[in-house]
Amino acid sequence: MTTKSIDLSLEIWRQKDSKATGDFETYTLQNISTDMSFLEMLDVLNENLTREGRDPVAFDHDCREGICGMCGAVVNGIAHGPEPETTLCQLHMRHFNSGDTLVIEPFRSRAFPIMKDLITDRSALDRIIQAGGYVSVNTGGAPDGNAIPIPSTTAELAMDAASCIGCGACVASCPNGAAMLFTGAKISQLSLLSQGQPERKERAMAMVTAMDKEGFGNCTNERECEAVCPKGISIRNIAIMNREYVKASVLG
Amino acid sequence: MELKSNVPAGPLADKWDNHRFSSKLVNPANRRKYKAIVVGTGLAGASASATLAEQGYDVSTFCIQDSPRRAHSIAAQGGINAAKNYQNDGDSIYRLFYDTIKGGDFRSREANVYRLAQVSNNIIDQCVAQGVPFAREYGGTLANRSFGGAQVSRTFYARGQTGQQLLLGAYSALSRQIKAAKVTMHTRQEMMELVLVDGTARGIVTRDIISGKLTSHSADVVILATGGYGNAYFLSTNAMASNVTAAWRAHKKGAGFANPCFVQIHPTCIPVHGSYQSKLTLMSESLRNDGRVWVPKKPGDTRKPASIPEEERDYYLENKYPSFGNLVPRDVASRNAKEQCDAGKGVGSTQLAVYLDFAEAIRRDGEATILKKYGNLFQMYEKITDSNPLDEPMMIYPAVHYTMGGLWVDYNLMTTIPGLFAIGECNFSDHGANRLGASALMQGLADGYFIIGNTIANYLGSTPLDAVDTEHPQFPQAEKQVQDRIAKLLKNSEGGPEGKITVDDIHKELGLLLWDHCGMSRDKEGLEKALTELPAIQEKFWKHVYIPGSGEELNQSLERAGRLADFLEFAEIMIRDALAREESCGCHLREESQTEENEAKRDDNNYSHVAVWEYQGESKEPTLHKEELSFENVTPSQRSYK
Repeated sequence: MTTKSIDLSLEIWRQKDSKATGDFETYTLQNISTDMSFLEMLDVLNENLTREGRDPVAFDHDCREGICGMCGAVVNGIAHGPEPETTLCQLHMRHFNSGDTLVIEPFRSRAFPIMKDLITDRSALDRIIQAGGYVSVNTGGAPDGNAIPIPSTTAELAMDAASCIGCGACVASCPNGAAMLFTGAKISQLSLLSQGQPERKERAMAMVTAMDKEGFGNCTNERECEAVCPKGISIRNIAIMNREYVKASVLG
Repeated sequence: MELKSNVPAGPLADKWDNHRFSSKLVNPANRRKYKAIVVGTGLAGASASATLAEQGYDVSTFCIQDSPRRAHSIAAQGGINAAKNYQNDGDSIYRLFYDTIKGGDFRSREANVYRLAQVSNNIIDQCVAQGVPFAREYGGTLANRSFGGAQVSRTFYARGQTGQQLLLGAYSALSRQIKAAKVTMHTRQEMMELVLVDGTARGIVTRDIISGKLTSHSADVVILATGGYGNAYFLSTNAMASNVTAAWRAHKKGAGFANPCFVQIHPTCIPVHGSYQSKLTLMSESLRNDGRVWVPKKPGDTRKPASIPEEERDYYLENKYPSFGNLVPRDVASRNAKEQCDAGKGVGSTQLAVYLDFAEAIRRDGEATILKKYGNLFQMYEKITDSNPLDEPMMIYPAVHYTMGGLWVDYNLMTTIPGLFAIGECNFSDHGANRLGASALMQGLADGYFIIGNTIANYLGSTPLDAVDTEHPQFPQAEKQVQDRIAKLLKNSEGGPEGKITVDDIHKELGLLLWDHCGMSRDKEGLEKALTELPAIQEKFWKHVYIPGSGEELNQSLERAGRLADFLEFAEIMIRDALAREESCGCHLREESQTEENEAKRDDNNYSHVAVWEYQGESKEPTLHKEELSFENVTPSQRSYK
C-alpha cells in the first residue's frame, strides 16, 4: 500500500432544510491522504468550513465500519461511490485521482425526503419492516435452538439475504424508486427458514402493500439496485418476493 | 449514597428463581396503565422495549439515529456465548459463570453473573425463533466456535455479523410492537436531561435532532440502554454518536457511577494511520483462533514480513503463554502488543502494530476454509488498508473497545435513583474489570429480554407512584436547564471563528490525555498529571470552541459539542477512579502493582470492591463509595494464562 496526497474539487448538494430548495456548491480540498475514508475526507472539509465560519455539510454516519447502514450519498452518479460492495464509510480515497471532481448528492427518491444537505428521511423502510418483517414470537417460551434442524446451506442463503443493512442505496439507484431489493431480502430470509413459515403469506402481502403505500415504485429489471448494494444482495430476492406475493394473493 | 445490592438469599443457583418468586407482579390488565421510557435501541434497549410491550406496558422508546436498527450493537462481529454445551465439551452454566467472573478478574457480583449464565441459553432459543440465521453444521444443528480465552466452544455466530443479526432480531420484535401501537418510537431524539419528581425518575427531556425542539416525556420508569463511554478517548471502535450524555445526566441527578476506569482495550484493531483518523476498526478476535501473533525478534527490523525468516520471528504470545497461546484474554494480548512496540519491535509505518499471520492456517486448512470463516473480515481489512491478509500478515494494534464501568445498579438493574434502570453496556454489572469475548451481546439481551421485565414489575408492584405528567414543574425546569446549556455552548460562537478551535480539536486533545495516562497501563504520576491537565482542556473548550449555526436546526457540530462537554466532565471521575484503584486488575496494569514476572497483580485485601462515585455539584470533588464484593462460591485466584 502506498500513501499519496491528492487534490479534489467537490460539488456538494446543499439544502438548508426539508422545505428549502437546494443547489450544488463547489469546494476544493488539497492534500487529501489516499488512506482516508470518504467520510474522513468530508470531516476534513467540514473542519475547514467551520474554521472559515461557514456551515459544515450535514451527512448521516455512525459506525463507519460499513454495517449500520446510516451513511450514504450518491458520488458521481453512483450510490456509495464507485467501489463495488462498499459503503461510503468504507470507500477510501485511494480510488480517486488528484484533480478529480466529485459530485456528491443525497440518496434521492420520492419516498426519501431530504432533511438537510446529504441527510434524507428513510423511515419508510422501517415502516415496511413494521408491516410484517418479523416472526411473531413473544419473549420466552421459544423451543430449544436445536429443536428444528436447518440445513447449513439454507441458513447460509438466509444469511445472504439477512445481510441487508437498510441503507437505501437500492432505492436511490432505481429509476422507479423501488424498495424491492430491501423488501425482497427480508421476505426471502424469513421464507427460507422454518421459523418464518406460519406467517409466510401474510408477511408477503403486508410488506408488499406497505411498500406500495410508502410511494416506492415497481421493479422493471434494471438491476441497478443489485449493482450498488454494499452487501451484494442478489436480485434473486426480488424474484422470491414476487413468487411469495403471487402465491399469497392468488392461492390465498 | 446507599449501595444496597439487593442480592437475594439462598444458594447461588436458586437466587434468580427465589427472587422471581418473591418479586411483586403487575396484573396483565394493569400493565397498560404503566408507562416505561426506554432510551437507546441497541440489543438491550430494543429487546427491553419489545419485551415490556409484549407484556402489556405502555412503552416509549428513543434513539438518536434515524432508525432503531442503527444502534452500535449492530457492529459486533464475533458471537454470543451461551452455556448450551451442544458440543459436549464440558460446558455448563456454572462454567460460563466461572469463566465470566474469572475473566472479569473477580470484580463483579457473583449473583448477577450467575444469572447471566442462567439465561444465556434462553437467549439463543429466542433468537433462533425470531429467524436469526445462526451458522449451522451440515446436519442442521447450531454451530459453535471457541472464542477469546474460553476452553470450550460455546460461541454462537452468524458469520462475522453476529451483532447485526441479533440486533435485527430485536429490531424486528420491536417493529412488531411499534406496528401494534404498544411502543411509540421516537427516532432522531437525543436525551438531554433526566427528570426527577420527589427523588424518583419520572421522565426525560429530549432534543429533536432535525428541528432542535426540546420535548418533555413523563413515565413511571426510565430505562437507560445508552451504551458505553469509550468515545471519551476520541478514537475508539465505538460508533461516532456513542456518548456518555444520558448516563452522565443521570449521574449528575444522583445516580452512582461505578468503576469508570474499567475500559477494555481490544487487541485486534486496525492500527492508526493519520491525524485525520475518525475512528478505529475492530477486527473480530475470532481471528486469533487461526492467526498467529508475531513481531520481528530484532528491534527496528523494517524488512517485509515475508522476508523475515521463521527463526527471526517472535511468536511472543505462544512462547509466553503456551497453554492459551494466541487466545489469551484481551487485556493480556493488548498489553503484550504494547510491550513489544514499546521495545521497538512494532511493525508498519507507525511501528505501532504487530503481525497477525494466517499463513500457517492457510497451509493447514486451505484458503477456502479460512475464507469461509473470515472472508468478510479479510475483505473489510483489505478495504481499509489495501493489503490482502491471504498474501501478507494483517497488522493489528489495541484500541478502546468496551467500557465495563457504567451506572451502578443493584440486582434489579436499578440505579441509586429509584425508578431509573440501566441495562446493557450502560450499567457496570456483569463484566467486572474485563469482559470476555462474545459476552457483551449475551449481557445486552439477557438484561433486555429476560431480566428487566421481572424487575420492573417488582418495582411497579411494590412502589406507590403518584400520577405525574409533563405539566409538573420539574419538566419545564429541566427543559430550561437544557436550553441554558445549549445557549452557553453557543454563546462563544458569536462573532465568528476567529481565534477559535473546533469541537474535534478539543476532543482529540482529551482523547490523547486519556490514552496516554488512563489507558492500558497507568501509574500514579501519570494519572495525577492528567488530573492537573484536564481543567485546562475544559477551560479551552468553554472559552474557545466554535460551533457554527443555531440550536433550532439540524446542527451536528452542536450535537458533538454537547456530548464532548459531558465527556470532559466525565473524564475527571475516570481519572480519579484509576488513581484510587492502586491495584492492577482486569484490563489494566497499574505500574506500581506487578508480579516479579511483570504480570498484573491484583490486591484483594484492599480493592475487592466496586468503586462508586457520587456527584457533589459543580467544581466540587466527587465522593467515592464502595460496594464490597463477597465471594461465597468461587475463590478469587490470581489469573495465570501460562
